[in-house]
Amino acid sequence: MTAAIEIRGADKRFGTVHALKSVDLTVEAGDFFALLGPNGAGKTTLINLLAGLSVADAGTLKVMGFDVGRDYQQARRNLGVVPQELVFDPFFTVRETLEIQSGYFGLKHNDDWIDDILDNLQLADKAHANMRTLSGGMKRRVLIAQALVHRPPVIVLDEPTAGVDVELRQSLWKFIQRLNREGHTILLTTHYLEEAESLCRRVAILKQGQVVALDTTQHLLQSRALGSLEDVFVAIMQDSELKVGA
Amino acid sequence: MRGFLTLFFKEVLRFWKVSLQTVLAPLISTLLYLLVFSHVMADHAEVYPGVSYAAFLVPGLAMMSMLQNAFANSSSSLVQSKVTGNLVFVLLTPLSHWEFYWAYVLAAVVRGVLVGSVVVLTVWFFFPIPGREPLWIVVFALLATILSGSLGVLAGIWAEKFDQMAAWQNFIVLPLTFLSGAFYSIHSLPPFWHTLSRFNPFFYVIDGFRYGFLGNSDVTPWQSLLIVGSACLALSWTTLALLRSGWRLRT
Ligand SMILES: Nc1ncnc2c1ncn2[C@@H]1O[C@H](COP(=O)(O)OP(=O)(O)OP(=O)(O)O)[C@@H](O)[C@H]1O
Ligand SMILES: [Mg+2]
Repeated sequence: MTAAIEIRGADKRFGTVHALKSVDLTVEAGDFFALLGPNGAGKTTLINLLAGLSVADAGTLKVMGFDVGRDYQQARRNLGVVPQELVFDPFFTVRETLEIQSGYFGLKHNDDWIDDILDNLQLADKAHANMRTLSGGMKRRVLIAQALVHRPPVIVLDEPTAGVDVELRQSLWKFIQRLNREGHTILLTTHYLEEAESLCRRVAILKQGQVVALDTTQHLLQSRALGSLEDVFVAIMQDSELKVGA
Repeated sequence: MRGFLTLFFKEVLRFWKVSLQTVLAPLISTLLYLLVFSHVMADHAEVYPGVSYAAFLVPGLAMMSMLQNAFANSSSSLVQSKVTGNLVFVLLTPLSHWEFYWAYVLAAVVRGVLVGSVVVLTVWFFFPIPGREPLWIVVFALLATILSGSLGVLAGIWAEKFDQMAAWQNFIVLPLTFLSGAFYSIHSLPPFWHTLSRFNPFFYVIDGFRYGFLGNSDVTPWQSLLIVGSACLALSWTTLALLRSGWRLRT
């Protein structure tokens, strides 16, 4: 079966910063995957390469078997990305934003699915509010809605729960889990490690542009005999510190 | 096709929602120019025999505002989207560089032609001017706004901040539109400036457009068509190549 995401030797520099150092990563179709790492580890850079927002210096990246450069149209149809930055278009309402996004993907008659997303993200009563008038957490929900509008098989969420209240966080994860059960592959980044621990089947940890751990959540917890993913994360960070020092 | 149409309509909607600023304001400033210049210059010798200065001025001023508004539409939309970051919503989609380019350019054409039409019709209400060759009017209106809209896309791709955009506006678009014979026939210029104007594509745009109204021009409309058409092709080709490479958009 084709992997949902296949990354081989992805390398990226920004001037003197070596943001990604020949990263290999495969995410199987249907997986629920966490991409973890400290600030500046390269998580967003990797997601940007996958989304075509940025171009790799070397390496190949594929989404559902489609090369993000050569078959960019197919790759992007198969991918939904929730950006980390809270961006929005102040000219439009929530519903207009979603209809426009849907149109970019060539979709017609998408109203039922848009309604479904609005309900699940508790945005229905804000459908006709201008984007400018929404609170930060609500803008984040619209970003998530925008990424889902074309029903992409692969969904990438870059810190989707930053600034989102507890109640919504729970209903958001319920919705994402439903999508995963329906066959969507999920890749997320988060700094709330208990979220990753309870949701994700597999985990990759990036540090300074390198993958320093890649395993199932269960194995990671067992192999270290530590109580939580957070403890494991800290231990791995310290280990890799020693390696870098040696 | 639908993706392209969505981006095109979104771009039209974007300026239409603020039409006070994007359509009415240019109309008023153009009418003020017209009022002041046609009075000051009323005693000025006729540029073409039997054509009043006001009749000479109207097509030039209308075209100037079309050029400026077409440029403003694509350039400011792109820079705004880059500065606020919401250009990602377009960049994440399967839209090709062709679709991207034509959606922004055609929305600029719509705004430019709309402003131009409103100016000409408003003036015509007070002061009927002839429209001898309507086909040339349409041809040059379209080519002019395509040229200027493309220049706006190019500027929008390049600029990362609003002040860089303002530099384009002040140091490139404004001089090109002012030194284009909008207010005078370039035959009345000293030789140096006359020769320089001959290298300005906007000169041919205005000259050809004016021919459509008056049936009189400095060069033949066919020559203008050839030059403006070539300029459009060269600029589209350059801009499309840059878009395709992802230059400054997909870093
Ligand atoms: N456009 C850019 N120009 C220059 N440097 C950049 C750019 N984008 C990222 N970097 C650098 O690349 C490195 C990786 O950044 P990235 O945003 O991928 O980190 P991250 O893992 O997403 O961090 P965070 O958890 O804070 O979001 C950092 O050192 C960052 O400063
Ligand atoms: Mg990040």
